[in-house]
Amino acid sequence: MAKDDNGAEDVTAADSPGAQLATSAASTAVVTRDGLVNPGFPPHRPRITDLDRKEERKAERAVYTLFYVSIVGSVFAIAAYMAFPIVAEDPGSVRLNNLFIGLGLSLALLAIGIGAVHWGKALMSDHEGVDERHPVRGTEPVRARAVEIFQQANEESGFGRRTLIRNSLIGALVVFPLPAVVLFRGLGPMDEDPVALLHETLWKKGVRLTMDPSGTPIKAADVTLGSSFHVIPEGLSEMGHGRLEEKAKAAVLLIRMDPRDLTEAEDRKSWSYDGIVAYSKICTHVGCPVALYEQQTHHLLCPCHQSQFDVENHCKVIFGPAKRALPQLPIAVDAEGYLIAQSDFTEPVGPSFWERA
Amino acid sequence: MTTITTREPVDDQAVGAKKSGGFTASAANYIDERTSISGAVKELGRKIFPDHWSFLLGEVALYSFVIILLSGSFLTFFYQASMAEVIYEGSYAPLKGIPMSVAMSSTMDISFDIRGGLLMRQVHHWAALLFVAAIGLHMLRIYFTGAFRKPRELNWVIGFILFILAMAEGFTGYSLPDDLLSGNGLRIIDGLIKGIPVVGTWISFLLFGGEFPGTDIVGRLYSLHILLLPAIIVALIAMHLLFVVVHKHTQYPAAGHTNQNVVGYPVLPVYAAKAGGFFFIVFGVVMLIASLFTINPIWNYGPYDPSPVSAGTQPDWYIGFADGAMRLIPSGWEFVWLDHTYSLNILVVLVVVGLFIVTVMIYPFIEAWITGDKREHHVLDRPRNAPTRTAIGAAGVTFYASLWSAASSDIMATHFHLTMEGVIHTLQVTTLLGPFLAFFIAKRVCLALQKKDREIVLHGYESGRIVRLPGGEFVEVHQPVDEYERWKLVSYNDFKPLMLRPNAQGKIGPAEKVRAGLSRWFFEDRITPVSQTEVNQAHGDHPAEITNK
Repeated sequence: MAKDDNGAEDVTAADSPGAQLATSAASTAVVTRDGLVNPGFPPHRPRITDLDRKEERKAERAVYTLFYVSIVGSVFAIAAYMAFPIVAEDPGSVRLNNLFIGLGLSLALLAIGIGAVHWGKALMSDHEGVDERHPVRGTEPVRARAVEIFQQANEESGFGRRTLIRNSLIGALVVFPLPAVVLFRGLGPMDEDPVALLHETLWKKGVRLTMDPSGTPIKAADVTLGSSFHVIPEGLSEMGHGRLEEKAKAAVLLIRMDPRDLTEAEDRKSWSYDGIVAYSKICTHVGCPVALYEQQTHHLLCPCHQSQFDVENHCKVIFGPAKRALPQLPIAVDAEGYLIAQSDFTEPVGPSFWERA
Repeated sequence: MTTITTREPVDDQAVGAKKSGGFTASAANYIDERTSISGAVKELGRKIFPDHWSFLLGEVALYSFVIILLSGSFLTFFYQASMAEVIYEGSYAPLKGIPMSVAMSSTMDISFDIRGGLLMRQVHHWAALLFVAAIGLHMLRIYFTGAFRKPRELNWVIGFILFILAMAEGFTGYSLPDDLLSGNGLRIIDGLIKGIPVVGTWISFLLFGGEFPGTDIVGRLYSLHILLLPAIIVALIAMHLLFVVVHKHTQYPAAGHTNQNVVGYPVLPVYAAKAGGFFFIVFGVVMLIASLFTINPIWNYGPYDPSPVSAGTQPDWYIGFADGAMRLIPSGWEFVWLDHTYSLNILVVLVVVGLFIVTVMIYPFIEAWITGDKREHHVLDRPRNAPTRTAIGAAGVTFYASLWSAASSDIMATHFHLTMEGVIHTLQVTTLLGPFLAFFIAKRVCLALQKKDREIVLHGYESGRIVRLPGGEFVEVHQPVDEYERWKLVSYNDFKPLMLRPNAQGKIGPAEKVRAGLSRWFFEDRITPVSQTEVNQAHGDHPAEITNK
C-alpha cells in the first residue's frame, strides 16, 4: 500500500515515473522510512435496505412515487399555464402565472432528482469500485514514437532545413490576421474625433436651462432657496437622434443657496446668479449621475462610488475616489427672467480621459 | 453491453444481437456498427468516481450552465437586441407611453405579456448568479485541498478562465435589458475604459460605436453574450471535463485510498443516477427560487437615462469586488503630467484587481516552484495539512471579501446608522491588514489542528471515563482511534524548507535565494506525520488502553 507522499517504500516501485523524481535535489519533500502503512479498505457495512426486505420495498415505493409525483408536477405546470393567464395591466396575474407554473415545474424537477438520487443511494449496489491510475505521461515507447514521427515529418518536409520557406511562412502567418484587426476600426464612426466630442456639450451662450425631462424653461424667481432642479439644455428633450449621448454630457444640477453660504473664487463670481449655481451632474470619477443632494450640508453624493462634492465650495471633492470638482456651468438671466447659460462648460465634463488635460 | 454477447457467442454479430435481445439490443447493435460506441461504453461505463459532497460544487456549476443555456435559448426567441427607440405600449401600466429602447420594451414584454416569460427570465438570472457562485466555491475547494497540483495545473488555468468568462457572461447579460441599472453599469465601464492611458478614449469610442451610450452597444454585447462567449465556454468546459477523465478524479485521504488508485462508484449505474438526479435537484431548486423570489425588477428602474439614478444601486454579486475596489480608493488619486491625465483612481483598481486575478491563476506554478515537487498528486490534502497554503487562501478570501463588502458600503452605512466615511475607512483598513491577520490566524489554526490529530493518533480520544488504578492513581481512559481513521490522520505530505546548495560554479543565484526564502516561509513551522515508532512508543505509555474493553 502506498501513501500520497510515497512514504512507504513500495510506492517508488510503482509505475509513477514521478516517484523517482521525488528524491531529486530539486524537491523538498520528505520521504519517511518509518511511516505508517495504509491498512486497506475498512470492512463493508451493509445498508438497512440490504438487510431488511421491508426497508428495501419501502425505498422502492418512495422512488416510484416520486417519479409519479413528478408527472403530476409537469401536468400541474401545463394546467397553471392555462388556468392563470396574464391579464393586461394586472401585475397580480403575472405574479400568479409566475408562481404556479414555477411551482409545478419545481415539483416535476425536484421529484425526478430526489427519486433518482434515492434510487442510487438506497437500492443500487453500494460496493465501491477501484480503478487503477497510470501516470498521465505517455509510456516510453509511445513517447519515443511521437518524437520519431516529428523527426520524420521534419525530414520529409525539410521544415528545419529549408529555413527560407519556414521563416517566410511564419512571417505570413503573423501578418495575415492584421487586416482583421484593421477591420474593427469600423466599430466607431470614421469622421468623428472622440477627443473633440468629449470637449463640447449642447450648452452655449444663451441656451435656456430647462427642466428634466419636460423641457420647461426655468425662471430664476421660481428657484426657491434650498431647492434643487435636474436640468437639461433647451431643445434636448425634443431631439430625436443623439438625445441620450447629449444628455450624458449636458445634464446639470441647479441649486439655490443663501449667497452667504457660497464661497466663490474671484473669477467665478459672475458664474452664479443670486445664490443660484449650476454644476455638471456627471461624476468626474466614472460618470454616474451625481443625483443625491443633501440640503442641510450642501453636499452632493454620487450613489455609485460615494464621491461627495461640496456645493458651497465649487463642488470640490470632500470624500471618495473622484479627484476633480464637478465642472460649473456659468449662468445668467435673460430679459424675460429665464435662466440661461453664459457659455459651454469651460472644461470637459464627466470621467477623466488621457487627452483631457 | 456484456448481456448482449455473453449468452451465446455467434460469429455474425447482427444475428447474435437479434437472438439475445429485442429492440434495445438491435438498436444498440445498429448504432455500434456505425459508431463503434461500444468502445466508449467499455472505457467509460464503469469508470469510477469518488464520492464527497465537495465534489458536487463543480457539478452545480456545470448544471447551472445547462440551465442557463436552456432558459437563455427560450429568451432569445422573444428578446430583441435593438436600441431603436419605441414608445412602450405593453401591459405594465406605470411605464405606458414612456420612450424606451426595443431591448427594454421586449424585456418588458417577456416579463408582462408572455406567460412563463418572467419565470424563464428569473430562472436565467438566478441560475447565472448560482453559476458564478458555484464556480467560485468549486475553485476554493480545489485550492484548499491542493487539487491543482501536478498533473492538474493546466486544468486549474482552464477553470480559472471559465470563471472570468462566467463573469463576462454575467455582465454582458446584465446589460441587455437596457434598463436604468444596466445602463449605469455600462456608464461605469465606459468611465473605467476612458481612464486607461493612451488608448482608453478610443477603446470606449469603438466599443460604444461613438459617444456613450450610442445605439450599438446592446447589439454588440448580445453577440458576445449568446454567441462568442458561450461558444468559448462550451469548448473550455469540454476540455475541462476531458481532463477530468484523463487525470481521473482526485480523492480524499482514507484507508485504502492511494495515489495509484481511485475508489468510488461506477458511472453506470450509481453515478449516472446520483449525478443525473442531482442535475434535476439543482434545476428544481433554481426553479423554486425563480417562482418565489423576484430578481432584477427592471420595471421598477425604468429605461436607461443618463441623468437619474437611485441610491443603493448594486451590481450583481460577482462584480461587487471590482466595484468595491473602486470605492476604496482615497480622494485625489489623479494627476496631470506632460499634458496627459493619469487616473490612478482607476488604474490602481485595474492593476490591483488584475494582479490579484493573475496571482490566483498562476498559483499552482508558484507553489510547484517553491516545493520543487514533480510528483503526481491524486490524493487531496486536508487543508490543515498544508498550513501555509491554507493561510494564503484565507488571506485571499479576506481580501476579496473586503473589496466585495465595500460594494455595499452605502447600504451598510444606512442600515447600521454609520457614517459613509467610517465604513469606507474601516474597509480600507480590513483590505490592507485583514489578509495578514487572516493569514496568521488560519496558519495557527491549521497547526493546532495538526497537533490535535497527532494527539489523537498517539493517545486516542478522551473518553471521559475516569478509572482508578490499583496503585490508587486516577487516569482518564483514552479510546484508541481505529487503524482506518488513523490512516486519514497520518497520511499527508511532509516538506522541509529548501536547503541552499551552491551550483556547479559554486554560486547561489538570486532566484534560488528567493525560492529558499519562500520555502522557509512555507515549511518552517511544520508538524511531521506520526511515524510507526512514535505509535509503538505511545502504546507502551498507555496500559489503560489495552485493558479498556
